Amino acid sequence: MTVGMSFSQLSEDEKMTHFLDRINAGEKIEPDDWMPADYRLQLIRLISMHGISEIMGALPEKEWVPKAPSLHRKLAIMAKVQDEMGHGQLLLRVAEDLMAPLGKTRHDIMEDLFSGKLKFHNVFHMDAPTWGDAGIIAWLVDGAAIISQSMMLDSSYGPYARALKRICAEEVFHAQHGESIILAMAEGSKEQREMLQDALNRWWEALIMFFGPKSAKETGNSNADKNIMYKIRTKTNEDLRQEFFTKYIPRIWSLGLTIPDETIHFDEDSQMWVYKDADWSEFKQIVSGNGPQSQNRLDLRRRSYKNNEWVREALAAKKAI
Amino acid sequence: MTQETVKPQEKEALIELLYQLADDDFILSFRGSEWLGLAPHIEEDVAFSSISQDMMGHANLYYNLLEGLGEGDADKIAHLRSVEKFRNAIILEEVNGPGTYLKEPDYDWAFAVVRNYFYAVHKQIRLDSLRHSAYEPLAEAARKIMTEQYYHLMHWEIWFKQLMTSTDEAIKRMNTAIEKVWKDFGGVLTLGPSYADIVKANFIDDEAVMKKRWTNKMEAVFKEVGANYPGEPRMERGNGRNGVHTEDLKHALSTLSEVYATNPSTGW
Repeated sequence: MTVGMSFSQLSEDEKMTHFLDRINAGEKIEPDDWMPADYRLQLIRLISMHGISEIMGALPEKEWVPKAPSLHRKLAIMAKVQDEMGHGQLLLRVAEDLMAPLGKTRHDIMEDLFSGKLKFHNVFHMDAPTWGDAGIIAWLVDGAAIISQSMMLDSSYGPYARALKRICAEEVFHAQHGESIILAMAEGSKEQREMLQDALNRWWEALIMFFGPKSAKETGNSNADKNIMYKIRTKTNEDLRQEFFTKYIPRIWSLGLTIPDETIHFDEDSQMWVYKDADWSEFKQIVSGNGPQSQNRLDLRRRSYKNNEWVREALAAKKAI
Repeated sequence: MTQETVKPQEKEALIELLYQLADDDFILSFRGSEWLGLAPHIEEDVAFSSISQDMMGHANLYYNLLEGLGEGDADKIAHLRSVEKFRNAIILEEVNGPGTYLKEPDYDWAFAVVRNYFYAVHKQIRLDSLRHSAYEPLAEAARKIMTEQYYHLMHWEIWFKQLMTSTDEAIKRMNTAIEKVWKDFGGVLTLGPSYADIVKANFIDDEAVMKKRWTNKMEAVFKEVGANYPGEPRMERGNGRNGVHTEDLKHALSTLSEVYATNPSTGW
């Protein structure tokens, strides 16, 4: 920037160059800083989806909160779902700041969720019919989340990076809680081991899908590529999936569980895991609200939003005593 | 007195009291956990689920005291007692509203606020008394619980006052909820049939004294929000401290023990 010239006098191109220089130098962008409209939109898309996924993500585990099989497990899973809701709230606050200049609020986020415009993570559309599923969710879904979120700890957008720092710290406890459930079941009765294997079979493809398709080819959009350019994220979907495999496949095998993919193996030549890819047309169906539990879980939120309308009105009335 | 020095007759009364304390928190915590994801806004979901978790922790402390007194494994007594062995007040077991937590829950926020607030006021009074309980492990547990209870009470009090002084619709819904809770809240205020032995051993203050404290506080709050005090709280459906319960508790317990009951002897 020329000395003596204010930032507002720069052309849009110059502003963009200045912005890219900043993020390439590792500087953090803050809510009131100038940012390209496209960067703002990418952040809103990513963070509102992340935030709402945390909130919708509490629902499958909530199904198991009262049923958790001991007082200790009840306490642990209650703490976990509370954390998830807290993450959702933290992230929505970040998204709300970004949306404010566009005249949008929390209400718009909720309406977009209900209408299907705002999508949530594929894993939270799935059935969780047994306690084994609660264990797999906490161990592997949270494990996958740690991998994808840790990558964004150094995100160019300061408020997101800071929120993720706190979220990741808590996710580590969740994965440990999940691992502890899994270990108890793996060392338990034949029925418990079967329940666990069934749950893994149910969740495997959803876990492959968790990281998203390998390239834009499968989805027809390039949000991941854009986000790398903007330094919102640093790795590709496939990098993350490979990291997940390297961390968890040996652990899954060491528990005596079978991965429901006969082809999966580590290829020494390419130093990559070779695996059966997910059905990405199925993935599109799921995240578009046609997964096995999509509408049931959305209905829970739609219903409560409607039932509690009078409460929101009462709070807005502010008639103090 | 401690686990080792409590006399047999006192021990029986102490066990009765501990079941009341444990079961009240256990069942209301369960009702709270059913609300997750359904609260009026996300901030409330965070706060309410934190409160429910704390309350489950309080129940756990009491169940562990019972385990120490020879009542058996804490998980077993929480999950496998039959309905008539539960000592919670009936109003605390009542469902949150039509539907279930998994399907079509038409939960009533006014009922949640009123039940939790009235209970939190009484719980505070009860803990204030238990801090000086003759049974030291109970006094110690009460002191621990109070550090969290302070925030629960504040939380529900804010909700109660705010909704009672807001829109006409809110006030109407709150009054309906008060009427409903009042019919059975007397069950929270009693120490049940072992009352005389519980009080004689100085485990807790006389129920009449605690009830008076609760009534005084309630009358002041009703006056502050400009509402009429509804008079004596009743026990229309019976006394949970006697093991009298409704179908709601039966269903709640089968949910709470669904997994544990499949194999209580294995590790989970």
